[in-house]
Amino acid sequence: MININSTFKIALRALWVNKMRSFLTMLGIIIGVGAVITMLAVGTGASEKISQQIASIGSNLIIVFPGSITQGGVRMGAGSQSTLTIDDAEAIEKECSAVSAVAPVLNTAAQVVYGNQNWATAIFGTTPGILRVKDHELTAGRNFIDQDIRNSTKVAILGQTVVENLFGGMDPIGQIIRIKKVPFTVIGILGPKGQSLMGQDQDDIIYIPVTTAQKKIAGRFVPGMVRSIMVKGRSAEDMPLAEKQVTDLLRQRHRTGLNKEDDFTVRNLTQMMQVAEQAANIMTILLGAIASISLLIGGIGIMNIMLVSVTERTREIGIRMAIGAKTWDIRIQFIIEALTLSLIGGILGIALGITGSSVLSVFTGWTTIVSALSIVLAFGFSGLVGIFFGFYPAYKASRLNPIDALHYE
Amino acid sequence: MSLIETKNLSKFYYVGDNIVRALENISISIAAEEFVAIMGPSGSGKSTFMNLIGCLDQQTEGDYLLDGKSIGKLNKDELAEIRNQKIGFVFQGFNLLPRTSALENVELPLLYNHIMGKEKKQRALQALKKLGLEGREDHHPNQLSGGQQQRVAIARALVNNAPVILADEPTGNLDTKTSTEIMELFVQLNKDFQSTIILVTHEQEIANFSKRIIRFLDGHIVSDQQVST
Repeated sequence: MININSTFKIALRALWVNKMRSFLTMLGIIIGVGAVITMLAVGTGASEKISQQIASIGSNLIIVFPGSITQGGVRMGAGSQSTLTIDDAEAIEKECSAVSAVAPVLNTAAQVVYGNQNWATAIFGTTPGILRVKDHELTAGRNFIDQDIRNSTKVAILGQTVVENLFGGMDPIGQIIRIKKVPFTVIGILGPKGQSLMGQDQDDIIYIPVTTAQKKIAGRFVPGMVRSIMVKGRSAEDMPLAEKQVTDLLRQRHRTGLNKEDDFTVRNLTQMMQVAEQAANIMTILLGAIASISLLIGGIGIMNIMLVSVTERTREIGIRMAIGAKTWDIRIQFIIEALTLSLIGGILGIALGITGSSVLSVFTGWTTIVSALSIVLAFGFSGLVGIFFGFYPAYKASRLNPIDALHYE
Repeated sequence: MSLIETKNLSKFYYVGDNIVRALENISISIAAEEFVAIMGPSGSGKSTFMNLIGCLDQQTEGDYLLDGKSIGKLNKDELAEIRNQKIGFVFQGFNLLPRTSALENVELPLLYNHIMGKEKKQRALQALKKLGLEGREDHHPNQLSGGQQQRVAIARALVNNAPVILADEPTGNLDTKTSTEIMELFVQLNKDFQSTIILVTHEQEIANFSKRIIRFLDGHIVSDQQVST
């Protein structure tokens, strides 16, 4: 077979002769590759955003809510009944092997005052476990200790948004804030988390000991009761087991009869997020597949123009055959010509895709991520399209009869 | 030993139910270094004969030995290789590749013979020089006169050192003066470089440059005589 290098040169020259035609043919591939890269960038961006949110709410997270109460046949919503206690939380931590951290939560909203500043925020009465459950780090100060819970000390850990709104640039550690007129000492500051999937600001929060919340903040709440219990599983694989262990333990502790309904609800948050992530991945594949169709149509354009080219150059093919070109010499020449078209189109398409993704991101505010894999994939695919759709015209060229080809006008 | 030998060579075409006997029982022998003109009116079978001799086509019956090798049973790629190495074609319409320099046109047979790089270029330049085309190697066919184009084509036919030059109406597109020049070139190639030349023509003046004239009519040879000088 003849030298590939000189074949590329011949191909480039042949394409250069019909600049406009070659460019229009390439345009199909350019748009196809550009579309594939842009669509994959949108899809990858979406699933990346969801993964970030999974990480931000805390991985392997289960939330237990109290059950609903039924009053005269009317069932109230979840949490309408107070069935969960701090003791339940402690029991889960002690007895469930698939659980790595537990935090009871007694939350309420309240006005917080510091000096002449005030701010409405969410108050979470909880235990030291909350930081591990939510994968939350402290940027300054300390976590609660068991003593804070036992003695109901008036200490608070603030989220970033609260710090900004109450303290501006000041250091809040050691300062006294008032929550519902009760003074609390700030002992720690949480690292930033950003928005949750639902658009909630996860930094607009104050943690205080759960016991303090029960006595001073939550008002007329049944002593020992909490609004929810957050549970962190040991690993993603252990999540179903953790869910079962928590359910079994709580049924046992609440003495729920065999055929009776749970008086609580277990929700696996991570699982919900993973479903969302899967959906985003499916969307990515779908978008990519739809975009690939345009690449395929670009390939048909290449085949079309190569067939025209073979007809136009019948005489050249005849000359080459008379001079000694073999079947594969002719085939390789035309396949390489198609490949050159599709690869140049591919390179320009990559540029278009990268530009398109950033433009789209600017105008829609979506996160778009152009991955190296999508570039390699799109480029490789365009090469395959070139070879695939170049083969038939090349095959046709190689089947010409040299005598007829030489006398073709 | 003959360079070209045919034994009862026949070529039939089937058009519907009819058999067209383009060539029938041609037995001929051409030795190395001969300069032969093939003559005959159109439809006489001379083109069919050329195609067979040039390994562009294969016979229906009989046998054709080129340089002692039987051609009849070879496949397409084997024929291409024989053409590349044994036969240099010169056509009426020059048949140079357009938009391709004279040098690259002459390099073409070497390309298909897997001769690469420096050697390829040198041999092509040498062939051009032999034809008096020094300094024209970068010219494209449309920048050359008809006579020059035909000389590039002859250089291309010579570059692979093929033992047989097959010229099909090589002066058909040229004026009288240039035709004479080209024919004198063939005479010189035959004399100085011992090239075997087979020339197809319908013009007696052109055929007169050769040493032997074979005349075809209706698929048969009607005469085969040496030209007296």
